[in-house]
Amino acid sequence: MKLLYFAWIRERTGVHEEDYDLPDNVTTLAELMDHLATRGPGFADAFSDQSVIRAAVNQEMVKPGHMVAQGDEVGFFPPMTGG
Amino acid sequence: MSVRVQREDFDPGQELKDLLAGRRDIGGTVSFVGLVRDFTDEKGVSALTLEHYPGMTEKALLKIEAEAQSRFDVQETLIVHRHGRMEPGENIVLVIAASAHRGEAFRACEFLIDWLKTSAPFWKSEDGVDGPRWVEAREADDTKAAAWQD
Repeated sequence: MKLLYFAWIRERTGVHEEDYDLPDNVTTLAELMDHLATRGPGFADAFSDQSVIRAAVNQEMVKPGHMVAQGDEVGFFPPMTGG
Repeated sequence: MSVRVQREDFDPGQELKDLLAGRRDIGGTVSFVGLVRDFTDEKGVSALTLEHYPGMTEKALLKIEAEAQSRFDVQETLIVHRHGRMEPGENIVLVIAASAHRGEAFRACEFLIDWLKTSAPFWKSEDGVDGPRWVEAREADDTKAAAWQD
């Protein structure tokens, strides 16, 4: 799957975009965030409070309970501040 | 209907002229131009950098336009949004709504900018006296966008 990180989530993880193998035990977006938080200090810092993170699966906004699959593109970002 | 996401500046007057070229069915247009301010919460801002999600941004803006078209009687709409680094006084975003009647144009324009603020994937970072800082989403913006749900 393709993972993308934006704004302060990108800065904390140190990654903008990566190809990633979805672990077998991960089925939802919330579980994916729990899993990513275990990847090191930067990821732990970025994903320490899921309530402030928004996410899109295949470029559509979704809730934490949304299912994720190996072929998905998942983007993580803070609430939007455009305009 | 059209949306553009670009690094370079835009000319609101020229955009309006282009949108109206050859049209005889439009009775009024309402435009909104968002600009970079040199202050925030009483602190100085020397520059603004806008990050976005290429691909998703264009899709989200088209969705917002389609929603405006379904809610209001508008003939044309245009959204131009910049990304990258900008200085105070520069344009950030342009929204134009054109309709046979002014009321629909006013409402559509306000709806477009209110929804864009909370549902198009852009993030602002401000350069201030203490260095760069990510702008936090404002509750007032969520409230404005949510008001259109009623």
